[in-house]
Amino acid sequence: MTRPLINRIPWTLIVFLVLLPVPFLGSRFYTFVATDIVILSLFATSLNLLLGTTGLVTFGHAAYFSIGAYTTALLMKNLGFPFLPSWIAGGLMAAGFALVFGFFCVRLTKIYFAMLTLAFAQIVWAICFKWNDVTGGEQGLPNVPYPGLDWMEVLPLIGDLRVSDKFYYVALALVALCYAALRRITLSPFGRVLTVIRDNPERAQFIGVNVRLYELAAFMVSGAFAGLSGALFGIFNRGVFPDFAFWTKSAEPLIMTILGGMAHFWGPAVGAAALILLNQQITSYTEYWPFVLGGVLIVLLFVFPGGIVGTLTKLGRRIGGRDA
Amino acid sequence: MLEVEGVSKRFGGFVAVDAVSLTVAKKQIAAVIGPNGAGKSTFFNLITGHLRPDAGRVVLEGRDITAAPPHRICRMGMGRSFQRTNIFPQLTVFENVQAAYIAHRGRGTNFWASSAALYRDETTALLQQVGLADKANEAASALSHGNQKQVELGIALACDPEILLLDEPTAGMSAAETRDSIKLLQHLAEKFGLTLLFTEHDMEVVFSIAEKIMVLHQGRVIAEGTPDEVQRNAEVRRIYLGERK
Ligand SMILES: Nc1ncnc2c1ncn2[C@@H]1O[C@H](COP(=O)(O)OP(=O)(O)OP(=O)(O)O)[C@@H](O)[C@H]1O
Ligand SMILES: [Mg+2]
Repeated sequence: MTRPLINRIPWTLIVFLVLLPVPFLGSRFYTFVATDIVILSLFATSLNLLLGTTGLVTFGHAAYFSIGAYTTALLMKNLGFPFLPSWIAGGLMAAGFALVFGFFCVRLTKIYFAMLTLAFAQIVWAICFKWNDVTGGEQGLPNVPYPGLDWMEVLPLIGDLRVSDKFYYVALALVALCYAALRRITLSPFGRVLTVIRDNPERAQFIGVNVRLYELAAFMVSGAFAGLSGALFGIFNRGVFPDFAFWTKSAEPLIMTILGGMAHFWGPAVGAAALILLNQQITSYTEYWPFVLGGVLIVLLFVFPGGIVGTLTKLGRRIGGRDA
Repeated sequence: MLEVEGVSKRFGGFVAVDAVSLTVAKKQIAAVIGPNGAGKSTFFNLITGHLRPDAGRVVLEGRDITAAPPHRICRMGMGRSFQRTNIFPQLTVFENVQAAYIAHRGRGTNFWASSAALYRDETTALLQQVGLADKANEAASALSHGNQKQVELGIALACDPEILLLDEPTAGMSAAETRDSIKLLQHLAEKFGLTLLFTEHDMEVVFSIAEKIMVLHQGRVIAEGTPDEVQRNAEVRRIYLGERK
């Protein structure tokens, strides 16, 4: 079986290379938007390991995003830990909570599963909001420090950039690594078992799959990457706040994924870019952004149910014949 | 090989399977027959762990599997197919069978290797066996009903079963398709040394290949024995064979 050409292109590498020159485009704003997209696209792609790959709808992904964000911020700000171990700890902490919450969630199915993920996320939000001594309560944790980036000064070109530009490169490189890992996981035997569960969880049992166990594993991996994304976002945002865990934050990656197309690995990333760019454009014209977003989603759901990437691949196939 | 001891299942007040016992010896081909609603599918679901019996025991090669979950029973060497086609519709035919190899052989815990080439030779060979070699790369959902039944059989066989439970393997097939797939089944059973337990409405098929037949009616066993014995049984003739001819 030869793999279709489109699957052999190293997309992660290409996207990484294309995004490299952003800080040299001359506007601080471009770097800002690009960092936003890069970090949140990881959040959406982590969610899609559950939604598109395993067929699990979660309404509470912000829990793991915020747990990663708080963990890393606390370690760096209050305990003076260096960035890299703090970042990894953020991912591990998110994975740990995903394991505990997921243990209960996978015992339920469909809408009950979704509601329980939401319930756990609201608990996390309440704790962030109320536990003043640790999380800073309503005020959150402002002034999360940037990672020490002095080592970058020896790099050509990049050495003279602003701190925010340098952080863009840190985020870009780390997110690219996460993408490479997520891609591998999706295409692995483990990933294949997840698609089998998505397609027919009942039948999956009768080929020897312990469905709950695999769903829990997917939940944990997905939570870990959400945590890694949140950890970067806290630093980018220069602060971590309770609304990172609020249910609207859980809706964000869902909307991105549906917008971009959940049937494709790159769908959520494209959706993240589309949503953030659209948001930037439209808020500069009108204050009715949520209204416009609602309209866009309705059109998309009815006219292009496969999302942006789904529609493009279908178009590409029609133009290029069956083998494209 | 398989010993079922007095299993019962009730749905609400309705007794779908009532204290049914059955023993299937190694490499035997056994059939369960009975009119619609007799409890055949429910009986299979009780054996494979899909439903839990209210009473009775199921023993597979000396091990009690009465309360075991389906995935564990499958790993112990029991494969099954379903009356209503039950496959992985969005995957290709190749992926359907390959997934069964991956899952059954416990390779799903590997999340770093590539799955693309895993068990390719086994999968290709098996697709050849069940007559789907030319359809390997088609989406399972796009196949005809008969082909989907073959996929279902492929999935079941990829689980390296010792015993295979087939719930109406030829449901919805034409007479010619039925004949072909029964021939295929017989061939595969012999080749892999399988024990077969199946249900079937086509009496010609049943009496041509089954070595042992159990007749269910309203959840109860009314006859059991060799095809000859069952055919001679007066009650069977009255309730069942008479009803259909
Ligand atoms: N989950 C369920 N809940 C309630 N009743 C059920 C359930 N499953 C089966 N039944 C009932 O149990 C009886 C036996 O059903 P079963 O499917 O086992 O029969 P069958 O012998 O396989 O019939 P067929 O030849 O039509 O496939 C039927 O009356 C059916 O309505
Ligand atoms: Mg039935």
